[in-house]
Amino acid sequence: METAQDTIQQNEAKAETSKTLFKGTGSQVLLNGLIEEGVTTIFGYPGGAIMPIYDALYDYADKLEHILVRHEQGGIHAAQGFARASGEVGVVFATSGPGATNLVTGLADAQIDSTPLVCITGQVFAHLLGTDAFQETDVINITTPVTKWNYQVTDAKEIQEVLAKAFYIAKSGRPGPVLIDITKNAQLQLEEFPEYVKCNHIRSYRPKPKVRVEYIEQAAELINSAKKPFILFGQGVILGKAEEEFKAFIDKTGIPAAWTIMGEGAIPTSHPLNVGMLGMHGNYGPNVLTNEADVIIAIGMRFDDRVTGRLDKYAKQAKVVHLDIDPAEIDKNVKAEVGVWGDCKETLPLLTNLVNENKHEDWLAKFRDYNQQEIDQVITPELYPTGDEMTMGEVLRNINEICGGDAVIVTDVGQHQMVACRYAKFNNTRSNITSGGLGTMGFGLPAAIGAKYGVPDKTVIAIIGDGGFQMTPQELGTIMQFGAAVKILILNNRFLGMVRQWQQLFHDKRYSFVNITSPDFVALAKSYYIEASKVDERANLRQALETMINHEGSYLLEVMVGRENNVFPMVPQGMSVSEIRLK
Amino acid sequence: MSTENTIEHKIDKADLEGKQEYTITVYAENRIGLLNRIAIIFSKRKINIESLNTSPSEIDGIHRFNIVIHESYEVVRKLARQIEKQIEVLKVYFNTNDEIIWQELALYKVSTDEIAEKVTVERLLRQYGASAVVIRKDYTVFAVTGHREETDALVKALEPYELIEFVRSARVAIIKDSAGFHEKLKEFEAFEPGEELVENEFLDKGQKIFTM
Repeated sequence: METAQDTIQQNEAKAETSKTLFKGTGSQVLLNGLIEEGVTTIFGYPGGAIMPIYDALYDYADKLEHILVRHEQGGIHAAQGFARASGEVGVVFATSGPGATNLVTGLADAQIDSTPLVCITGQVFAHLLGTDAFQETDVINITTPVTKWNYQVTDAKEIQEVLAKAFYIAKSGRPGPVLIDITKNAQLQLEEFPEYVKCNHIRSYRPKPKVRVEYIEQAAELINSAKKPFILFGQGVILGKAEEEFKAFIDKTGIPAAWTIMGEGAIPTSHPLNVGMLGMHGNYGPNVLTNEADVIIAIGMRFDDRVTGRLDKYAKQAKVVHLDIDPAEIDKNVKAEVGVWGDCKETLPLLTNLVNENKHEDWLAKFRDYNQQEIDQVITPELYPTGDEMTMGEVLRNINEICGGDAVIVTDVGQHQMVACRYAKFNNTRSNITSGGLGTMGFGLPAAIGAKYGVPDKTVIAIIGDGGFQMTPQELGTIMQFGAAVKILILNNRFLGMVRQWQQLFHDKRYSFVNITSPDFVALAKSYYIEASKVDERANLRQALETMINHEGSYLLEVMVGRENNVFPMVPQGMSVSEIRLK
Repeated sequence: MSTENTIEHKIDKADLEGKQEYTITVYAENRIGLLNRIAIIFSKRKINIESLNTSPSEIDGIHRFNIVIHESYEVVRKLARQIEKQIEVLKVYFNTNDEIIWQELALYKVSTDEIAEKVTVERLLRQYGASAVVIRKDYTVFAVTGHREETDALVKALEPYELIEFVRSARVAIIKDSAGFHEKLKEFEAFEPGEELVENEFLDKGQKIFTM
């Protein structure tokens, strides 16, 4: 028979186990969750539908640094720069309606470049959903094609679990952007919340495919039998944090390795087996020899059309081994003889164990021969020009000489991007940050701000064209207010240079709307209280660059470069990689 | 289970170049918005969906989609991988018509007078294996299950006799040759019960709950 005393004790014990650890609003539990996930920096912009979260943020200022950007697009590009430089998840806040729609470009960019982001958008009250309320937009449906996952929270009780899932999805497997839309009632709702639990499993989600040893064995056999093997590596090496494993693999096999622009920096530029850049504006040797290699080993890259050129003439002679964490990438564009599904951090060491040590001296010499032709015909004239006009290449050469390959270089999109990727030297991984897949003009300045928050001890140089800079110049205001010491280098050719190059080469020099005038960039920067100067003569270039890099805070330097310089080599669109032009 | 190497290579069987009918079977969590996510995979590539059926599977919280498209093997294989890649999708199969058993349900509304008066109609219906679902004074509804040709043939046959209304369902299909996903689903349910679907409970509450 149960006594009254027993019942009281049982009730007390029950109360003990169900004790909630936190009582607060949905907004507070969201911010607690971010802290639990290790977030320290948030980029964002407040507004009506996210005001309860911002209100709560007021009390979290000592734990969460919020950078008020000048436009939500700037906020998400900054979070991308942060994520790419630091390897952590970037976090963005935006309000409903226009705030959320302004994130779309950055989401698309992060999706195609596999950048881990968690975006939190405010939404109108749940009872107003679907009524075309003030600043209501169907952000879930708008962002579905450009997110890895998204979810709308209408009840505060969902927030913890959804946030934990969001972080897990954003950073696991092939990373990507995730968006959580939280209605205003859920932000305000007062609840008792249990302890925050991180997510490490979702029933329907297998971030890493099971590694099949038989495919590794087949791959090793193919690699060991190859006379002219060639490695193409992409960002998968960096995202998998497999730089060491990758280096061990190439060092043992002695196979020449070329990179996509997203893979640049995974091994140092100076590595003897690093033979250069692939693709449309890549190096001569790697492109031509793609169509000569007998075995191609593609690692963490996705055979983008800017890399392959015409697919029906791409490496038809080669047997392809493709290592990728995303099974949907294998055979998507180029048919693989052997597909090795898995995280290259796991698969590369297994493969390294099974491959023979080799040197491939004769084959490497071919790359050097082609490289010499490129040096003579393209690289030397670009880096050491003899004419009066400054070239983008010589600016990069000077940066390399001053920084010695240690700077983080963030580029915008266009000719300067290709020049920077071709000529910048990198000693360290995560040092090349660029908009690869989407080619987003306007990415450079905000991404550089984010990168500086991601790696505050490194020198961050944003290299931007005069066109791209004018897409997001308002972020100078963010620098002014929050003091990110970003070095901004505008390479000004007074044209939308890459479009002009195409018009020159493929549209009979009909320069249709590529002539762009610019404001006084120096005065603009100074109006934001950012130090600035301008160079239009070679004699002053080196000194100006040193001043910029050695300056303690942020600095803007505008360099006037040749108007109609072109980026070569070039694989014209619709041509084969072996038809790459040196001129 | 998603991303295991289980989307089989059926290159020997399949017609690599030519287009044919494929039935894609998707097992997925019952989540708001997932249908849109899957539909986008087709629309992004400008591929038309011939028919789409989505309904609960034998396990709570898991839905089964049957999507019929007319495409080449290569395209379908890539689509299947893209679908399986979605977070909330558990498993995707794709099959040609000779690899599945499938049915569509068709309903035919015809004038009861016509039926009563004209014996040939009765015979027609028997011939097509139709069953009466509703018999009213003014009309009768018949149901037929079968392949498209069969249900189409009955439409043609009934047209002279005042076919008032006709509707056909999307395809439901079962794969002939695999062990199926049933065992896997049961394992999931035992070890990883699904989460409850959260719908918007505030939708019709108006200003009663929260006001600015």
